[in-house]
Amino acid sequence: MEFKFTEDNLKRIEESLSRYPQKRAALMPVLFIAQEQNEYISGEVMTEISRILEITPEDVLGVVTFYTMYHQQPVGKYHIQVCTNVSCMLKGSSGIYERVKEKLGLDHMQVTKDKLFSLEEVECMGSCGTAPMLAVNEDYFENLTKEEADQIIESLKNRN
Amino acid sequence: MEKIVLPDIKDVHLIDVYLRNEGYNGAKKAFTLQPDEIIEQVKRSGLRGRGGAAFSAGLKWSFMPKTTDKPKYLCVNGDESEPGSFKDRQILEHNPHQLIEGILITCYAIGAKTAYIYIRGEYHKWIKLFEKALADAYANGFVGDLMKEKFNTDFFCNIYVHKGAGAYICGEESSLMNSLEGHRGYPRVKPPFPAQNGLWGCPTTINNIETITNISPIIMKGWEWFSKIGEPKHPGTILYGISGHVNKPGVYELPTGMLLTDLIYKYAEGVPGNKNILCVIPGGSSMPPLRGDQIDGVKMDAESLRAAGSAIGTAAVIVMDEDTDLVKVLERIAKFYHHESCGQCTPCREGTGWILKILNRIADGNGSIHDLDLLVSVAGNIEGNTICALGEAAAWPVKFMIQRFRDYFDKRVSREVNIPPINKVHSMRHTEIPLADGSIIT
Ligand SMILES: Cc1cc2nc3c(=O)[nH]c(=O)nc-3n(C[C@H](O)[C@H](O)[C@H](O)COP(=O)(O)O)c2cc1C
Ligand code: SF4
Ligand code: FES
Repeated sequence: MEFKFTEDNLKRIEESLSRYPQKRAALMPVLFIAQEQNEYISGEVMTEISRILEITPEDVLGVVTFYTMYHQQPVGKYHIQVCTNVSCMLKGSSGIYERVKEKLGLDHMQVTKDKLFSLEEVECMGSCGTAPMLAVNEDYFENLTKEEADQIIESLKNRN
Repeated sequence: MEKIVLPDIKDVHLIDVYLRNEGYNGAKKAFTLQPDEIIEQVKRSGLRGRGGAAFSAGLKWSFMPKTTDKPKYLCVNGDESEPGSFKDRQILEHNPHQLIEGILITCYAIGAKTAYIYIRGEYHKWIKLFEKALADAYANGFVGDLMKEKFNTDFFCNIYVHKGAGAYICGEESSLMNSLEGHRGYPRVKPPFPAQNGLWGCPTTINNIETITNISPIIMKGWEWFSKIGEPKHPGTILYGISGHVNKPGVYELPTGMLLTDLIYKYAEGVPGNKNILCVIPGGSSMPPLRGDQIDGVKMDAESLRAAGSAIGTAAVIVMDEDTDLVKVLERIAKFYHHESCGQCTPCREGTGWILKILNRIADGNGSIHDLDLLVSVAGNIEGNTICALGEAAAWPVKFMIQRFRDYFDKRVSREVNIPPINKVHSMRHTEIPLADGSIIT
């Protein structure tokens, strides 16, 4: 299926392009815009971006695969990210990660059948002083206990 | 104690409050000086980079060519992904205008008309907070075209936020530039350094967020004032980030050269349960760990920490109490560097994987005493043999943890050595290493 940016997003792309002396530099911001619109970066998305930025689809693919925040598969409506790096680990993040895994029945980078949740074990998120932490999409939840992690998941479930 | 980067002024993130507290006066003053005078003042202040390498900021700026046909750029490094570091986000949230003002002065000093601030993508919230402040600064004429009028000068510059997308390596300066140009974040071979060949092949200066946030106060109050704070060779304050097993983790702005024990016991209020400290990493997970019984008298500045066998890094202090499983800690650190290696250099790409596999084995209780030597050997063969310093970042924790805690690790492995020692693991042609259990890693 062909992918086209919405009018609004084309305007945002224009604005991105104006920030750099070369078109290609807008690739990362444009990928974020595309992911927002399409949920994930499909082959069609990459083709369209390569057309707009005048680079090859392979150039786009190379960048997409390099960075963890671009997804080539859809993630859940609520993408749960649990940091298990050192500072969080010292504060019991493995317990949090295990609890969330169990509760959602997911492993790293899996999505629930109803597409509501996905899970990712992430590297340091910059919350080491307020560890342990998890993030739901763009929002951080810090100084967590296992019970609070439970509550977060429950309240997200109940929202739907 | 005077705070420079995160002053105790309520709501100073708001432009009105910032302006009421002499905000943008540093820039006003700077634009009446010659660019070279500013560089000289920053040099004399002794300000050193807060992004890891503690290099003299003024000296770095002086490397920018004075005459060139090419545009010049400033990159501000807000990738903040070093495990243990959470300081730059405080500036983005609590003092964004002082950062913006620092960017203006730096651009003027080095002759750049465009600055990009590269902020890690996961910092959605802090990107938004900074963008709000930046929009206010633009709207009030402090940034962009309108600056000319506002400051009554010929100079103007633009500031753009570039959002990262989840790659630790993009904090490395040349990787950051490739990433900004829309490429994979592969570090570049140096030299040439960014001052000659940075963004799009043009002269570029790159500094950490915290470094830049110090600039306006230095210009306002003078280099002498700054040079007298903290350790003379590494003056100023630092945002110390303390995490792990302490009662009050957090970011503390204090003079350089604080006693590590004061940070832990006085400011972070000690270790929960009054336990002993087994290990401290003083500068973020890339820096050599210190034994808990070796931290007395150790001061937190570049020279003192080097003498103590570590490095200041990002002043991210990670404290581990006596019940910490160091094998698990090192295994997790190794997993991080293996995941974040960009893969360009064989020693880093392969070596980080080997290190992780060996540590997995030790953590599973199947390690032999030989594995400890093997770890040090693999680490030693990464160090110094790679394009960028992620190689060292991956090697140091392993090498120094094993060497400094040999007694600890010895107890976690079997004494039986059932394979002959391999002394040529670093040969590029040996891609297979036989393991103690007879299996092969490739
Ligand atoms: C693997 C690696 C990651 C780095 N990550 C960061 C970072 O997140 N933020 C940062 O300011 N510097 C980081 N640096 C250091 C930069 O390369 C560079 O030295 C620094 O941004 C220069 O600014 P400064 O002189 O103001 O410290 C990293 C270096 C390496 C080797
Ligand atoms: S040392 Fe590692 S991260 Fe740095 S360029 Fe080489 S492979 Fe990439
Ligand atoms: S280690 Fe988890 S946020 Fe830094």
